[in-house]
Amino acid sequence: MKTKKTFAKIGTTFLWGLLTIITLFPIYWMILVSTRTPVELFGKPDLSPTFFEKVHWKNFTKPFIDGIYSDYLFNSIIVATSNAALVTVLALMATYALSRFKLPGSESIFFWTMTNRMAPPAAFLLPLFLLFSTVFKFGDFTLFDTKIGLILLYCVFNLPFAIWLLKGIIDGIPRELDEAMIVDGANLFTIFRKLIIPLAAPGIAVTSLLSFLFAWNEYLLASTLTSVYARTIPTGLSEFVTTTGTNWGTMAAVALVSMLPALLFLFAVQKHIVAGLTFGAVKG
Amino acid sequence: MLSKNKTGWLLLSPTILILVLAGLVPFFYVLYVGFFQWNPLAVDPSLQFDGFASNYRRLIFDEIFLESIWRSIKFSVVTLSIELTLGFLLALSLLSSFPLKSFFRSVHTLPLVIAPIVVGSIFKLFTVQGLGPLPHILKDYFGYTLNYGLNAEQAFWMIVIMDVWHWTPFVTLTLLAGLSALPQDPYESAKIDGANNFQIFTYITIPMMVPVLIVVIFIRLMDSLKIVDEVWMLTGGGPGYATRFTGIHIWKEVFEKRYYGLGSAMSILYLYITIVICWVLYSVMVARGKNED
Repeated sequence: MKTKKTFAKIGTTFLWGLLTIITLFPIYWMILVSTRTPVELFGKPDLSPTFFEKVHWKNFTKPFIDGIYSDYLFNSIIVATSNAALVTVLALMATYALSRFKLPGSESIFFWTMTNRMAPPAAFLLPLFLLFSTVFKFGDFTLFDTKIGLILLYCVFNLPFAIWLLKGIIDGIPRELDEAMIVDGANLFTIFRKLIIPLAAPGIAVTSLLSFLFAWNEYLLASTLTSVYARTIPTGLSEFVTTTGTNWGTMAAVALVSMLPALLFLFAVQKHIVAGLTFGAVKG
Repeated sequence: MLSKNKTGWLLLSPTILILVLAGLVPFFYVLYVGFFQWNPLAVDPSLQFDGFASNYRRLIFDEIFLESIWRSIKFSVVTLSIELTLGFLLALSLLSSFPLKSFFRSVHTLPLVIAPIVVGSIFKLFTVQGLGPLPHILKDYFGYTLNYGLNAEQAFWMIVIMDVWHWTPFVTLTLLAGLSALPQDPYESAKIDGANNFQIFTYITIPMMVPVLIVVIFIRLMDSLKIVDEVWMLTGGGPGYATRFTGIHIWKEVFEKRYYGLGSAMSILYLYITIVICWVLYSVMVARGKNED
């Protein structure tokens, strides 16, 4: 019986080891490609870790220092950060309203916000493109190809998930606490500052990190609604495919750089990622 | 009381405003444009009205569009079955303890946080002819030629493999969260009654996991029906129409051919199909919730 268990353990470990190799191998190859010259990439793929000996830094400096990819990177940082901040503030306000006030129809409002997350973005590309470039016009200013446009637009899929995630947390803060503060004469701002934000801090952190990640990773809307000035790093990645004679080394370098925030966040959000991706329907 | 409600609406108003402007307004706009013939590159670039259903009538006979929907559904069902099976097995294995478990789990979480477009790039670098190691390995060790730039069947299955690589971890972790939250009493009574592992799995684990399974199916189905980014990166919808899923088809009709009217009608049908599938699953979820009360 005991040997059977040991065998099962060895077998499971072996299978998970294999799985880990399958997961990491393509990423490892991307790192290899990003450190090699085009000549070194020619011919039979060399899988040895040559980056310990020599790194072809030009793959990184060419797009990010000589090229426009630093602009793309900058746009991505601005858009994702502002969107995360905006979503967190708006979602906190909305969730507090949905949780504390008995508003008529608040159930339907809650459900309606969720449907926005489910809709396929491809179905909204044309109307958004037309609205952004011709209808939402303020003098000469249109939302098309602006960072503000993207920041506001990403709220459509980030707000629903943020509200869902925060709702469980704010519902968990006892009502008596806010009522006691109201009796003491505190206004709404003080309640947020002294009570809700400190108690919901971990949830708020997860919400803003995941919002940042979703905004950072978004490609389809950004590629359709920007042309020059507000291009983000994912749209820059797709540009490699359309040009003839792709420079694989540079493409791998850009892909690697655009993956970095995700890698950094992995450690912060790992425990909460299930709750984040399933809207808290399954506690992770 | 009134002023209290007012404060509530005030707090909700920015959220509602944004969702109306970026969610509802585009929806009604696309519904409106769908009733017209509109091509800004045509001789007459204005909106032409020729009967409410003209675009929809054309779509019913548009084989490429219907095939793209069928392809999206087939893709969703195939990836969902593979990911559910694999994810369930992996989640079950994570319930027992074995060496390096937390390390394996962390690596398994990695694909989840990578952007779809980057996943597309990673697979492109890994599998493209002339650069990627995968075609070489398959050729040298198995005598199998992988060139999904020419082979339609391979292109479709390459996308399936990529999706499984990307999203199985989501299924694993979600099911694991569900499995860890299950009550232990039924297992203990079953063991006392002398049930074997297989019986315990089919008669206790599966029925108790149904709510979590439905959530996973719901989310994965919605996401795979709207797949665009990684496919665009890997195959661009080709070769031919082999990987042209509905989202990509709409993009091509609207932004390459500039069929604004027809594209809008497609968008509406696409939304409609997604909503119907969504609604069916949601009803199942709600019905089950009521049974349990």
